[in-house]
Amino acid sequence: MHEQSISQMLDALDRKEYSCEELITHHVDRIHQLDEQLNTFITHTAEQAVTRARVLDTARAKGEAPPLAGIPIAHKDIFCTEGVKTSAGSHMLDNFTSPYDATVVEKLQAVGAISLGKTNMDEFAMGSSNENSYYGAVKNPWSETAVPGGSSGGSAAAVAARLCAAATGTDTGGSIRQPASMCGITGLKPTYGRVSRWGMIAYASSLDQAGTLTRSAEDAAILLNVMAGYDPKDSTSLFMDVPDYTQALNKPIDGLRIGVCQEYFGQGLDPDIESGIQLALKMFESAGAVISDVTIPASQHAIPAYYVIAPAEASANLSRYDGVRFGYRCESPADLADLYQRSRNEGFGTEVKQRIMVGSFALSAGYYDAYYRKAQQIRRLIKDDFLAAFKKVDLIIGPTTPTPAFKIGEKSEDQISMYLQDIYTITSNLAGLPAGSFPVGFSQGLPFGVQIIGNYLDEARILNLAHRLQLETDWHKMSPEEFS
Amino acid sequence: MPRADWEVVIGLEIHVQLLTQSKIFSGASTRFGADPNTQACAIDLGLPGVLPVVNEEVYKRAVTFGLGVGANINTRSVFDRKNYFYPDLPKGYQITQLSDPIVEGGEVEIPLADATKIIRITRAHLEEDAGKSLHEDFHGQTGIDLNRAGIPLLEIVSEPDMRSSAEAVAYAKYIHQLVTYLKVSDGEMSQGSLRCDANVSIRQFGDNELGTRTETKNVNSFRFLERAIEYEIERQIGVLESGGTVNQQTLLFDPDRGETRPMRSKETSRDYRYFPEPDLLPVEIDQAFIEAIRQNMPELAPQKARRFAEEYQLSDEDARSLSADSHLADYYEKVVGVGKDSKLAANWVRVELLGQLNRKNIDISETPVDAKELGYLIARIKDGSISGKIAKTVFEALWEGEAESAESFIEANGLVQVSDSSELQPLIDSIIQNNPKQVEQFKAGKTKLMDFFVGQVMKETQGKANPKQVNELLNKKLG
Amino acid sequence: MIVDKKVVANIAELAQLEILPENMQEFVDSLTDVLNLVEEMQSVDTNGIEPMSNPLDGVQRLRSDTVTESDQRDYLQEVAPETANGLYLVPKVIE
Repeated sequence: MHEQSISQMLDALDRKEYSCEELITHHVDRIHQLDEQLNTFITHTAEQAVTRARVLDTARAKGEAPPLAGIPIAHKDIFCTEGVKTSAGSHMLDNFTSPYDATVVEKLQAVGAISLGKTNMDEFAMGSSNENSYYGAVKNPWSETAVPGGSSGGSAAAVAARLCAAATGTDTGGSIRQPASMCGITGLKPTYGRVSRWGMIAYASSLDQAGTLTRSAEDAAILLNVMAGYDPKDSTSLFMDVPDYTQALNKPIDGLRIGVCQEYFGQGLDPDIESGIQLALKMFESAGAVISDVTIPASQHAIPAYYVIAPAEASANLSRYDGVRFGYRCESPADLADLYQRSRNEGFGTEVKQRIMVGSFALSAGYYDAYYRKAQQIRRLIKDDFLAAFKKVDLIIGPTTPTPAFKIGEKSEDQISMYLQDIYTITSNLAGLPAGSFPVGFSQGLPFGVQIIGNYLDEARILNLAHRLQLETDWHKMSPEEFS
Repeated sequence: MPRADWEVVIGLEIHVQLLTQSKIFSGASTRFGADPNTQACAIDLGLPGVLPVVNEEVYKRAVTFGLGVGANINTRSVFDRKNYFYPDLPKGYQITQLSDPIVEGGEVEIPLADATKIIRITRAHLEEDAGKSLHEDFHGQTGIDLNRAGIPLLEIVSEPDMRSSAEAVAYAKYIHQLVTYLKVSDGEMSQGSLRCDANVSIRQFGDNELGTRTETKNVNSFRFLERAIEYEIERQIGVLESGGTVNQQTLLFDPDRGETRPMRSKETSRDYRYFPEPDLLPVEIDQAFIEAIRQNMPELAPQKARRFAEEYQLSDEDARSLSADSHLADYYEKVVGVGKDSKLAANWVRVELLGQLNRKNIDISETPVDAKELGYLIARIKDGSISGKIAKTVFEALWEGEAESAESFIEANGLVQVSDSSELQPLIDSIIQNNPKQVEQFKAGKTKLMDFFVGQVMKETQGKANPKQVNELLNKKLG
Repeated sequence: MIVDKKVVANIAELAQLEILPENMQEFVDSLTDVLNLVEEMQSVDTNGIEPMSNPLDGVQRLRSDTVTESDQRDYLQEVAPETANGLYLVPKVIE
């Protein structure tokens, strides 16, 4: 059952092939057996899950089951879950039980999806390898010595290892797409504002977006239908109707104009990845899509802009962690300054502290214009470049990551090298555009994905192209032997 | 003896709590006096994952204020984060407006001892209030109450146009009166609804440059404001005259000592690292929004004064005096509504009523004589059924609580004036008859004796004769 | 832009982070590295470009002035490190 798609599971449940309780228990057992070696979960909510499954079975019997009743999912530990520990991967929130649910959590619960637990992540979503977690590194199910990517490493690995059917993630600079690529699964980051950020612990407010880690574009569409929508509690959420993302999945792609971004195929790109993407492009072409070159000149400034804006916003977002109202508090603070400084030093990991420092610097007197303001200007240039490109094409294709999963420890000492992992993904965060990563090949036993970027609110078209790819190929169905 | 050529330059930043039901960024209540932290929701506490949402009422209040001072209303305003650490600031930043505030410019005309003065307003912006720190009772710890965190504030910044503590206090009082009048705020200073930061600097007369200023923060009474400013003026002049320089400092006023002293926290060296609030979008209001508010604006004191002068035929002085306080103005108009004589009413309100209020040091809202009763008295004076003197008696009785109503008191004590000539005439005749000597003297030219005759009539009638009638009838009889 | 211990100490003060002496160099290095990384932004001509705060250039929706929250003090203080009589406690603040 753990290889099934969401639709297949729903179908099986309907036909009473198995019950919700059986489906959930099956996954709970798998987690119990297999997760120790992967470390994808921080908190397990097995008991609650089974209880809920029973309730939904009863509802199902009465014909009153909500649409996704029984589907086993997991939430990245960045989403507040009422009554359940919510740590954001940090020592700072190790003792924090959230008093409320994030909107995303509420919505998924309302349709009957059952959360098996909270997944591991880079602390406060800052990282690209899930090596920055207070709860230890997550292993890539495809290779125990490889990283799963980050910051949604736990969610990606859990889905790849078939420990749950799908998981929620967040993407600020690539944190859904990059681990999806490295774990051989489907990751989708919607348009900024498409999904509510209420209850999603903030890293960089103007870049953060909640999204999905699934095993197919179809599953992503099913979940996005539930997660998307205006939330009055989130002022940045879009006041717009949500289409049915499953409707356009099967649309034929002839005439679809696909842009290949020049800037993405330069130096540093793994040759296997490059050929994998070229193969996909040929496939699209033979299905009738029209391929052309596009250019996003400002994307060469994306990394600097991102590594100013994200830390700057984070430095303010993380000021609330001060040991006063919740979270970690140091022992016997001598005075107020000691309370703040020691709680924050002891509660935060190194990467988080370093980014707070960068961010505070970029906003400080005398540097604001040269750093923060400049970065926000470059951001507009990037958006403008994309808008110009989207006049010519419908979707833009490129790699998700420059390399497949690197080894645990390989980049953890080289901060800048780690930052450059984000090179293909951050432009869409800066511009607020939707983008996804879809499995498209292997390089020396490790999977990688192709990135599809769409225009604002064009998730349906991204998923359409991805679905067509997934109809023609089997990459997305592959799982590591140990976890099949 | 300080040199006489020092000029004092004062600017005030006044923080006004806006009159709304819920907070500026959350749906928690703004009600004063609740138990600690019972009105601090997840958003106010800055819990992980929470987000602010803007209360539309704060914009209505801010625009009302802006219109009330003739300011420019920015149809597009932006919120910013002001970053600093303090236990009463849960998020570690305050959401405020730096570069694009809702209101810019404007001016007010403040009354001084014997003139008025224009004070210009630089800007007014929206922001959230911080919580409260309680220092007592906690054995080396401070207790934090976040009920106040998130209460909407309008920060009104004046140009440095004031030149004395008297002017500063007059300005602060005017602003207080204005925001209360406009229902922008409840104006309850004892509840912290209005707090002043005073920027004071000294320079030589004729100097165009401003001296270094100090900022005395969070003064919440007019008396303290006056004392704090006076102290600062003296202190700064002292420093300058002994050859020193004034340091830019942030100060607190200690009312027990009557001194200002520097704040312990390194406020002046704070770098607030302002940047636009990414969790909120720019707020855009349109002309229709502004017009709707303009239509519903209560009449402002200067307008009311003009109207009173015209409609009620009052002198400018009477009109100004009666319109300055909105409650008094309402009272006056009610009295006129019942009594139907605007000039008489003006006299009674200004002299009798205000006199008593001042003597007892109470506010118009606590008057024991309500407008309807005073209006009734005036109507009775006007129709001649009681004399002005009798009316004063009734008024006093009402004031002291000895009369249930003017009507019942007049009735019970038979105070209705005798105006009927058929009643008075025989009395007058008899007095004239009984006082032939005075009649002769009067006819001989001692006209002052009229008072005597009137007095006699009054005595006979226990003061109830209508003096005007008596005068008339006597004059007729005596030629 | 020279990043030295003094700069780092000042920023640490703003950010209220304690930096232990043995970690100081690490912070100097990482801040230096990142600033070098982002330095190339200065070569971009952004004259007349409006900084972008929100990707979709949207406008704020306002909510109506109603009280929607009730007293949840006890529940919300379950996660508090230290409270007394409903107040959050911190080391004494002297003003």
